[in-house]
Amino acid sequence: MIDKTQVQHVAELSKLAFSDAELEQLTEQLADIMKMTDELNKVDTTGVPVTTHVNNLQNIVREDVAQAGTDRDILMKNAPDSADGLLKVPAIMDKEEA
Amino acid sequence: MNFETTIGLEVHIELKTNSKMYSPSPVNYGAEPNTNTNVIDWGYPGTLPTLNKGAYTLGMMVATALHADIARDTHFDRKNYFYPDNPKAYQITQYEQPLGKDGYIEVQVDGHTKKIGIAELHVEEDAGKNTHGSDGYSYVDLNRQGTALIEIVSKPDMSTPEEAYAYLETLRQIVQFTGASDVKMEEGSMRVDTNISVRPIGAKQYGIKSELKNLNSFNHVRLGLAYEIKRQSQLLIAGETIRPETRRFDEKTGETFLMRVKTGADDYRYFPEPDLPPLHIGDDWLQTVQDNLPEMPAKRRARYVDQLGLPEYDAGVLTNTKEMSDFFEAAVADGAAPKQVSNWLMGEVNAYLNDQQIDLQETALTPAHLAQMINLIKDGVISSKIAKKVFQEIIQNDTDPKAWVEAKGMVQLSDPAKLTPIITGILDDNQQSIDDFKNGKDRAVGFLVGKIMKETRGQANPKVVNDLLMAELNKR
Amino acid sequence: MNYLYEDLQSIHAKLVAGDLSATQLVTETLAEIEKKEPQVDAFLTIDEAGAQAAAAQVDAKPIATDNLLAGMPIGIKDNLLTDGVTTTAASKMLANFKPVFDATVVEKLKAKDAIMIGKNNLDEFAMGSSTETSAFKKTKNPWNLDKVPGGSSGGSAAAVAAGEVVASLGTDTGGSIRQPAAFNGIVGIKPTYGRVSRWGAIAFASSLDQVGVFSRTVADNATVLQAISGHDEKDSTSADIPVPDFRAALDGNIKGMKIAVAKEYMAEGVAPGVKAQIETAIDTLRSLGATVDEVSLPNSKYAVQIYYIIASSEASSNLSRFDGIRYGYRSPEAKTLEDVYVKSRSEGFGHEVKRRIMLGTFALSSGFYDAYFKKAGQVRTLVIRDFEKVFADYDLVVGPTTPTTAFDLGRKVTDPVTMYMNDILTIPANMAGLPAMSVPAGLVDGLPVGLQIIGKAFDEEAVYRVGYAFEQATGFSKNVPSFKGGKA
Ligand SMILES: [Mg+2]
Ligand SMILES: [Zn+2]
Repeated sequence: MIDKTQVQHVAELSKLAFSDAELEQLTEQLADIMKMTDELNKVDTTGVPVTTHVNNLQNIVREDVAQAGTDRDILMKNAPDSADGLLKVPAIMDKEEA
Repeated sequence: MNFETTIGLEVHIELKTNSKMYSPSPVNYGAEPNTNTNVIDWGYPGTLPTLNKGAYTLGMMVATALHADIARDTHFDRKNYFYPDNPKAYQITQYEQPLGKDGYIEVQVDGHTKKIGIAELHVEEDAGKNTHGSDGYSYVDLNRQGTALIEIVSKPDMSTPEEAYAYLETLRQIVQFTGASDVKMEEGSMRVDTNISVRPIGAKQYGIKSELKNLNSFNHVRLGLAYEIKRQSQLLIAGETIRPETRRFDEKTGETFLMRVKTGADDYRYFPEPDLPPLHIGDDWLQTVQDNLPEMPAKRRARYVDQLGLPEYDAGVLTNTKEMSDFFEAAVADGAAPKQVSNWLMGEVNAYLNDQQIDLQETALTPAHLAQMINLIKDGVISSKIAKKVFQEIIQNDTDPKAWVEAKGMVQLSDPAKLTPIITGILDDNQQSIDDFKNGKDRAVGFLVGKIMKETRGQANPKVVNDLLMAELNKR
Repeated sequence: MNYLYEDLQSIHAKLVAGDLSATQLVTETLAEIEKKEPQVDAFLTIDEAGAQAAAAQVDAKPIATDNLLAGMPIGIKDNLLTDGVTTTAASKMLANFKPVFDATVVEKLKAKDAIMIGKNNLDEFAMGSSTETSAFKKTKNPWNLDKVPGGSSGGSAAAVAAGEVVASLGTDTGGSIRQPAAFNGIVGIKPTYGRVSRWGAIAFASSLDQVGVFSRTVADNATVLQAISGHDEKDSTSADIPVPDFRAALDGNIKGMKIAVAKEYMAEGVAPGVKAQIETAIDTLRSLGATVDEVSLPNSKYAVQIYYIIASSEASSNLSRFDGIRYGYRSPEAKTLEDVYVKSRSEGFGHEVKRRIMLGTFALSSGFYDAYFKKAGQVRTLVIRDFEKVFADYDLVVGPTTPTTAFDLGRKVTDPVTMYMNDILTIPANMAGLPAMSVPAGLVDGLPVGLQIIGKAFDEEAVYRVGYAFEQATGFSKNVPSFKGGKA
């Protein structure tokens, strides 16, 4: 099922750190929950569509009209660190994404 | 050992919209940092996305121009990853059901036509921009965050850097014609990632691929791929294994450098975006896209050659951008001879644009003015020499060429009734030249033409002058 | 102002008559809150200055006779954004977060001249059913200060039950309005998914979350829901359909209405006392002229399992934005970028939140998606189909809101599976996006029991109609806790 190594991997994906004891407790708790959810395997869902949106809306769109943004100084008030209108973080070392 | 190369390209193109993909904040290249953002772009808690219909429609135009099948039922998905320029820590993209699938591009390489498949196209949002300070910190500007993108994933159908180059050139041209994007590498509105692998000819499986990043021009793509072919082949010859790597192209050395070795597949935990209801593309919406799709460059080129009698070369140059091509067609519609319009556009106009480093739309030149000027030359109203002056005027100012040459007294003197007395007068004064002419000295004609041109301050139509002068000489 | 013996109508009459000004009302409300808060702990923030200023504005013009909300102090769950007023979601992560805009529901209440009096405590990021996972304080149940108020909207519910405010807003992802309403002996509605805008509600599970209302009476509940309902262009999942006049449905007439009781909701696990009260309630509905039959919602038993997966998966993604970069907590220990992420999140989030993020990340991770997230989405469809089948023949489904009355503070928290079991009755309505309300259905051993009424999508009218008829027939809403505040 789910073991400590897996839980550690999930922690890394989640950007969370746990002590060894916490990790063990989590592994147990997650295993319990997954065991319960494994009951779902008993349900025959052949040909049943997945529900991701409950109220059957579709094509909810906005016309391409720009609205002025939010004042930068207002947004920056909540920022832990910034300089010259830019958000400041310790140096990024690695990869690019897009 | 002989090798064959497999190349696939992933191209991100910024769609030309007023507002962002999932937020109404403005899209504005080159604005002050973080001034074109709102709470949605910042991923503030409690904010929700809204879908830009215009952006999706542009995406559909690109897909249609690339002969892709448009998904009638689709939805958006979240791609989860942490990065400072990715405020929600997920990108809203299309994963399960992309906007388009199974398209292709036809490219010309070494005189051959090759069809390169497009696996899929999907719309998504761009990330912000990180800059790396020398102070141990990075700085984040979210202006670009949320800008509408279309990602075009080719099939691994290319086998040389030249094919990749031709694919990109053709793709850029097609997208430019749709009007969906400026497709400017230098402004980042077109970005290219490449996947390349090498294997011994006849090998059943593809080689291990490396991914190239930081490619700022098509030429860098070509050079980077060529370097990778060399590098990977040498590793194989040396019996070494190739690792799956992300590599960076260094434009100074023309070499590629390791960024990171890929360890296992990235886990983006895609799932359907619950904040955006699904899309159904009905016949109406699809029809609007098809109706608004301009004629694509390949079709235009064929038409220029077959119907307007232009050389292939001219047709190619004129269809390089939609602006130039549209301009050409408008000038022809205004009654100018196609080849003359082509000559002017490829010659003087392009020279002017190159010299000034501007685009055609940034000049004052209109198709009507160019056509009028070309017809003034044809009708002998102005000389080609005067035309150069007229051209400088009409490309810089919104000036009517005919009115201008008349006001400036630049109209050629072509009327025989006005020219004949001048010619007879000069002949009367230069009996020696008449004698020389009769004695077979052709130089005398040139001398007489010079006198006439001087007398008319250069405005006499040289052809008319020549005809009249010969007639008068023969009379004497 | 002690709201235990008042409702919107009665206070409104005083305001219109000039016997009371909005400023006085706010002052008296603040005094009541001050008296009761030391023991109830229902509020995280009291916006005294903002409330006084808003009251002064209301007093500057005549009270509109058709606007019951003018001048009324309302409590707002602290996961709903309030412009300029700290909004924490009861998390250390947002301890100093000041929103720069109002949630649509708050904006709509303000447009009605209602007064935002303060921010109610909740389980951290609305994850919990006892309000004990709040990073800041534990709210107590006014009926018994040793009991939990339920959760996650425990602060909003306790504030109304203690008579500190006439109404409050909460959010409901798996029962977070109905369960505390039941535990506190008040009325709580989770409207149809899409009825109320989620713009400005800090997302827990986007496909389940819905903002709703707590009040002591059904009529007050309908009035407040009326004010916050309606289409919002900023929320693409909000429905563009007209909002009926909910109060018009409150005529007490339920003759001929067809009501279903799901046998799964009355099964083993529901405490005998609770079950007895609900059976009595069903008899009452019959005596009022409704027909009541037993039906089956066979897939309801999977609701909790699919809730773990869907809610946690969506939450793991929704809560990823709390990364210490643009707002919120950044660990002072963070030296590298990785530290900013990992330390800020590990220190900023509490245990329950981290556990759910872990569960959701796992359920979405490569290799498990089909077995968990996709499977849960399919079973969700079956849960919806169960309701569709029943609603083809019936107007409403009723049953208990909770299997037990309020439990002891400090109990169960270590046992997450049992804790989640508490939600088994309420989750199906979230899965199907249906409107569902809890109305007081009497007391068991001095603690309130709630009758849950689930309606068809966008048929809040039927829910209110039956809730009102039941309330009028039984008088259970007149039950109030004996807790008076002041020195314990
Ligand atoms: Mg993508
Ligand atoms: Zn992409």
